[in-house]
Amino acid sequence: MIYAVFAPLVMTLLIPFFNKWKDKIHTGWFLLPIPLFIFLYFVQFIGEGFSPVAESYQWIPSLNISIDFYLDGLSLLFVLLISGIGTLVLLYSIYYLHKSERLGHFYIYLFIFMSSMLGVVLSDNVYVLYTFWEFTSISSFLLIGFWHYRERSRYGALKSMLITVFGGLSLFAGIVTLTYITGTTSIQEMINQKDIIIDSPLFPLILIFIILGAFTKSAQFPFHIWLPDAMEAPTPVSAYLHSATMVKAGIFLIARFSPILAGEPMFFIIVSLFGIITLCWGSYMAVRQTDLKGILAFSTISQLGMIMAMLGFGTKAAIFAAVFHILNHATFKGSLFMIAGIVDHETGSRDIRKLGGLMTFMPISATLALFGVFSMAGFPLPFLNGFYSKEMFFEASLHLDGYGGQFIPFFQQAIPYLAVFGSIFTFVYSMYFFFGTFRGEAKMGELPKKPHEAPIGMLISPFILVLGVILIGLFPNLVNGTFIAHSAEAIYGSAVEKDIYFWHGLTYPPLIMSIIVVVLGTLLALTRQKWAGIYTIFPRNLSFNEVYNYIVDKTETASTKITNKYMTGSLRHYVLYILIAILVVSGVVFFLTNGFAIDTSGLSTLKLSDVPDILVGLTMAIAAIGTIFTNNRLSAIIILGVVGYGLAILFVIYRAPDLALTQLIVETVTVAIFLLCFYHLPDLKKIKEKPSITLTNSIISIGFGALMTIIAISAHSSKWFEPISNYFLETSKPLGGGYNVVNVILVDMRGLDTLFEITVLGIAALAIYGMIKLRRDKEAK
Amino acid sequence: MEIIMSVLAGILFATGVYNLLQKQLLRIVIGTALISHGAHLFILTMGKLKTGAPPILVKGVEQYTDPLPQALILTSIVISFGVTSLLLVLAYRAATLNKTDNMEELRGSEDE
Repeated sequence: MIYAVFAPLVMTLLIPFFNKWKDKIHTGWFLLPIPLFIFLYFVQFIGEGFSPVAESYQWIPSLNISIDFYLDGLSLLFVLLISGIGTLVLLYSIYYLHKSERLGHFYIYLFIFMSSMLGVVLSDNVYVLYTFWEFTSISSFLLIGFWHYRERSRYGALKSMLITVFGGLSLFAGIVTLTYITGTTSIQEMINQKDIIIDSPLFPLILIFIILGAFTKSAQFPFHIWLPDAMEAPTPVSAYLHSATMVKAGIFLIARFSPILAGEPMFFIIVSLFGIITLCWGSYMAVRQTDLKGILAFSTISQLGMIMAMLGFGTKAAIFAAVFHILNHATFKGSLFMIAGIVDHETGSRDIRKLGGLMTFMPISATLALFGVFSMAGFPLPFLNGFYSKEMFFEASLHLDGYGGQFIPFFQQAIPYLAVFGSIFTFVYSMYFFFGTFRGEAKMGELPKKPHEAPIGMLISPFILVLGVILIGLFPNLVNGTFIAHSAEAIYGSAVEKDIYFWHGLTYPPLIMSIIVVVLGTLLALTRQKWAGIYTIFPRNLSFNEVYNYIVDKTETASTKITNKYMTGSLRHYVLYILIAILVVSGVVFFLTNGFAIDTSGLSTLKLSDVPDILVGLTMAIAAIGTIFTNNRLSAIIILGVVGYGLAILFVIYRAPDLALTQLIVETVTVAIFLLCFYHLPDLKKIKEKPSITLTNSIISIGFGALMTIIAISAHSSKWFEPISNYFLETSKPLGGGYNVVNVILVDMRGLDTLFEITVLGIAALAIYGMIKLRRDKEAK
Repeated sequence: MEIIMSVLAGILFATGVYNLLQKQLLRIVIGTALISHGAHLFILTMGKLKTGAPPILVKGVEQYTDPLPQALILTSIVISFGVTSLLLVLAYRAATLNKTDNMEELRGSEDE
């Protein structure tokens, strides 16, 4: 299995080499065998007596993450869809994409997608599943933006990326929570621990996280908005990713976790409610579209909603119908996308208002579309598979029970009506799609190209898919026992046996519902022009695209606004933030820990001999305050000098001769530099400030000074242990060989400090030299 | 005595910070100089004042002042001197290049 999963990924390495010969042979031909072999490999598992197969490979054993593959009925259905439709899409793309396109890029993205999709459906380890899951998002992003020079493509790619990655991260949160609760990373083991998960208080969170992941990926309401915009991708991509495979990854996720989640009232309500809403909304909106692929996109949304709703119902019949419809939808929707691509390819337009009457020009495509469309509409004919699944859906919607509560019974009664409503619109847009394109009057003048039938190679893939539609339609029990039943069993947890019949008798309620759908649908389809005005009333411009655009726009503008608010570019503001933070943090900590304490015992007492230091200190204080008020730069510098020299005198008084010496010299040099500079600086004019600014400045600076004083006094009042200075005093002579203890400390005991202080001076000197000498601008000349 | 010196250090810090919050470049440099003076005084005060002779070993003297803070301050004086001179030259360059020493005008461009 591991070879099957990673084969496309390995193949991407070879694609650039094949691509060199693309002028002679289309790159796609080299790659066609890969998905075909994968398909054939998995076909061998089909059969009545299928039992799950597991494989395991080490990846990150220490984190309990290993590449575990688990092939049960559900995975088998999906791998067959992925590889089978993958083969057909590849064949189709060979005729669809011209050799002048960047084929290498296209096939690399497509094969990355194929690998990751196979990985998603086969992984048993949740983290591996998540890894592959995100790879599908990324490759889908690349494929949607394949024609990156188009603005709409980039918009669509970004939108799908944002929404699906949002869901992907939510899924990640879900699986992390699941691993936390169960202690295992394997899905099968989680299913065995179902009771622990359900009893956990985190269960609602897990449920929401996983459902969010599934809903965004599977384009459920209201996250469906990315799918119509993803139609900017080349048609093979739309057919493959956005109808048959990737959008079903969310369905797969819900199905995979159904053994754990299903049976809970919350799961039932959320999944089936949103599924039904998506069904109705998607089919309602599809009628409004004018783009062929737009119709199909909304049709996909609504069909996905239908499958999701059935998974939400969780009854035996519903799950069987859901699985059956996954298969059916993939066949007819894939073929319809390909036909839409053919129409686009051969006429140059996808706008249904310009198309019409193509049946005479493209009889084969029209015939194929006819089958696909009527199957999609669920028309009661015994050779269309869509009808069976639709009828089973109606039947499932009628037999819902097992849940109590206030809201649920009402909801259960409403479901059949909503289902019929959604199906009527499904019927309408299906007819609209077919008759609008192939019947009616041909508008030759409005088409860029003269329409003609597609090359035979392009028709093979939709033909095979339509063949699938008819074969399943004629012999539904052919696929039933061999793998549909196994899939349903994997979801439901126990064996689901069901035979599919076309005819149940006239009084069979789902048949009556189907007949209602056909009758009302035909009526509405015929009178479509008359009531199309309803779309200007509802939803009008009220769409979720607006919400999305608003959110994207607002996150950008709002964050810019916030940043501009505090990143003013003014140094004063930044200094203020720093000081306020210091004040608040230290002040609060000081207050909370009761840090302020005065202990006078250790202090030296005030004596008459202290008068000189007090006088010096007073002078310094006056000088320091003077710097604030002076408006003359010369006096400001002199006053600063007073502070410096005062400090030197204090050093003298407090028995620090080396300090006094250094301070005197440094102060002299500094004052000299100040004087040198001030000559070149503009005059120190008094700048009139607003009183409020002066007030904040004063409060902050006084607060800061007070804080430092308090810290100094408190620190002084709490001595915890003796200083280590006695060691320096004792060993200065014997170890350092000097009498001046300060100097011995500087060059001997803590010489490293001095080394780097010298470095600092050196760098400062170099920088000053550089600043003065090096001029790169005009000033240099 | 230590309390008085602590208050003096506090005053130096307060005036330094006040200068730092002004708009003229020169005032900002003055502010940094005042703050470093305050810090030196702070360190010296923390090492206790006047507890003995200067830390130069002389026969017969038992009590010396703490030499470690002095060594620290000495290092700090030199470093702050280097930084102050750099700042001054920077201020000079900035003022001559931009023809202004008003910090509010030296904000940089919008798209930075």
